[in-house]
Amino acid sequence: MTDDSRMIDVHGRCILVCGPGGVGKTSVSAAIGKVLATSRGRIVVLTIDPAKRLARSLGLSISGNEVVEVGGGLHATMLDAEAGWDDLVRRYAPNAEAAERLLRNPLYQNITSRFVNSHDYIAMERLYELSNDPAFDIVVVDTPPSRNALDFLDAPNRMSEFFGGRLVRWLTIPYRNRLIGLASRPFFQIADRLLGARFLGDISEFFVLLQTLEEGFVERAQRVRALLDSSDCHYVVVTSPGKDSVREADYLLDRIALKTSQRTTVVINRTMPCPVDASAPSVAELVSITGCDGESVSRVLSAVQVARHTQSRRYEEHAAVRRHFDPRGTGILEVPDMAVDAVAVVDGIARSLSAG
Amino acid sequence: MWRSAPAGSTVESASAVDLTPLLRHRLVFVTGKGGVGKSTIAVALARLAARRGLRTLLCEMDAKGSVAARVGVDSLTFEPRLVESNLWAMVMDTEQSLREYLRLFVKIPLITKITPLAAVFDFVADAAPGVKEILGVGKLCHEVRQDNYDIVIVDAEATGHIVSQIAAPQIVGQLAGVGMLRDQTEWMLKILEDESTCTVVPVVVPEELVVNETVDLIQSIRGQTKTAVRWAVLNRLEEPLMMSSDESTWSVLRDVLSPEVSESLRRATSERQLQREAVTELRENVGDVEFIVIPEVGGWSEEGDVEDVDAVVLQRLGEEL
Repeated sequence: MTDDSRMIDVHGRCILVCGPGGVGKTSVSAAIGKVLATSRGRIVVLTIDPAKRLARSLGLSISGNEVVEVGGGLHATMLDAEAGWDDLVRRYAPNAEAAERLLRNPLYQNITSRFVNSHDYIAMERLYELSNDPAFDIVVVDTPPSRNALDFLDAPNRMSEFFGGRLVRWLTIPYRNRLIGLASRPFFQIADRLLGARFLGDISEFFVLLQTLEEGFVERAQRVRALLDSSDCHYVVVTSPGKDSVREADYLLDRIALKTSQRTTVVINRTMPCPVDASAPSVAELVSITGCDGESVSRVLSAVQVARHTQSRRYEEHAAVRRHFDPRGTGILEVPDMAVDAVAVVDGIARSLSAG
Repeated sequence: MWRSAPAGSTVESASAVDLTPLLRHRLVFVTGKGGVGKSTIAVALARLAARRGLRTLLCEMDAKGSVAARVGVDSLTFEPRLVESNLWAMVMDTEQSLREYLRLFVKIPLITKITPLAAVFDFVADAAPGVKEILGVGKLCHEVRQDNYDIVIVDAEATGHIVSQIAAPQIVGQLAGVGMLRDQTEWMLKILEDESTCTVVPVVVPEELVVNETVDLIQSIRGQTKTAVRWAVLNRLEEPLMMSSDESTWSVLRDVLSPEVSESLRRATSERQLQREAVTELRENVGDVEFIVIPEVGGWSEEGDVEDVDAVVLQRLGEEL
């Protein structure tokens, strides 16, 4: 069933763990890190917004973005998108003054979280940085959940397109020329009436400042893109039995197959063991064996029935999902449902990933 | 289809929360992390309101199309359509909202000259923070202000986007000193910040991650806006499998029954224990919020029909009336 060689055999220095929200991506990422740390050197897991108990178990404070050692060669770090943008601005601004003006622009905080999917881009930035850090042999990225779960792959492209776009070109025409050239255009009139001159002015200044960063941003975005397309990246798509999760995983797999030639592994998380057809002894038998109260025994047996009913239903779902993904020909790993808390889940998944 | 819970389970009744005060609001945003049943709850609340005689507008914000099937139509448009007695449904389209806004409020016939409007829209919506959001939330507030409906129920954006939507009038108000949109923010804020008019209802399921996100969401709404959060829907709560008095019996039977059988029950019990812990965590961290509890109504199978589960949820919601 579980073919650990596939997991241990992941290619490259970067492992991107993606999938819809709520399927246990963070736990799977942490578990992969844990398994790889035993055989493949120093591993860092980059995660975003883990469950609080999981964060604690990984030694992460809730707001930190430093790399901390969890133990046994495993390191963990969290994504702080806001600090990430500030760092980028400081790094690529032509001088400190321009950087400070941009950071102080009233639109900056608002707009950086909107104009590209900001978490996605920053996650890829951190991946790039960590993958070039000699302190680590492998980077595992728990990719941010987003409405379009594959946005992170497109983020570098969008960054390049953004700077080449009509909107930015128009906004960064020197203000006076724009008044002469475009003031007569209806859309400028409407924008002016709707938003007011000061707001338009702030928007303009923001984009003019932002454009001074263009060269650095675009060049970096292209390098990140190249890394994502290279054989250094291995993709792990996590899903759980459930219609929506499967649909999203399919979408991700289609996109990954188009964009990359790397190996991909599907992890079906929270699977159920096949229920064994074991008939329970009757109430009377159990009462005579154990001496327990008959009514209590009968209530416990109905609870058993409910539990087994649920298990068979979920097993059927899981089996259908397994059949669904089989034809794709990717590696498929099944991770049983643990029904234990977040910390224990990581250990459990790690065990199931490395079980021989 | 959805199967109901098997016989033998003691179904915990739906919460005893009286929904009347909630349905007295004019604008209700139903939100929640993806997959928690946000649309189901929004539709059920809207149906409930309509069946109690309220002229109800149900608006889907993210155009995912999950509301249309639930109200029995092929698709929804920006123009509200009557889907059942007293219930109108629409899907938000910010570009059309801008168009409507310009038609209603820009008195000069400028609109006729614009070809295409999309260029303006791209500009005002993409470049200016808060503007796309204000066009959406503005349309909803407009419907409330015009008294077109008794109640507007919004299948809102998932957590994370809802705060920027509700906070948009505030943000635009601060960023833009003048301008027509700026002038609109004050009356919108009056609606959004009046706790007897507007409220956000988060939908949450008893899982640790969802609970964390919901706690963060409620804190952000309270921190960044003045919009009230007084109710939340606790969805898919499984009732305990057995009474605590039977646990000693179980500990004896465990050794007698086959390991597989025992493991099934251990797993199911343990899952419920984790759910209870998540619920405790939730209740401890959200302050003054009343929970509308919807028990798990059965499982999903291949030929699923959303109407079935909607009917069950509606019934559960309605039971307490």
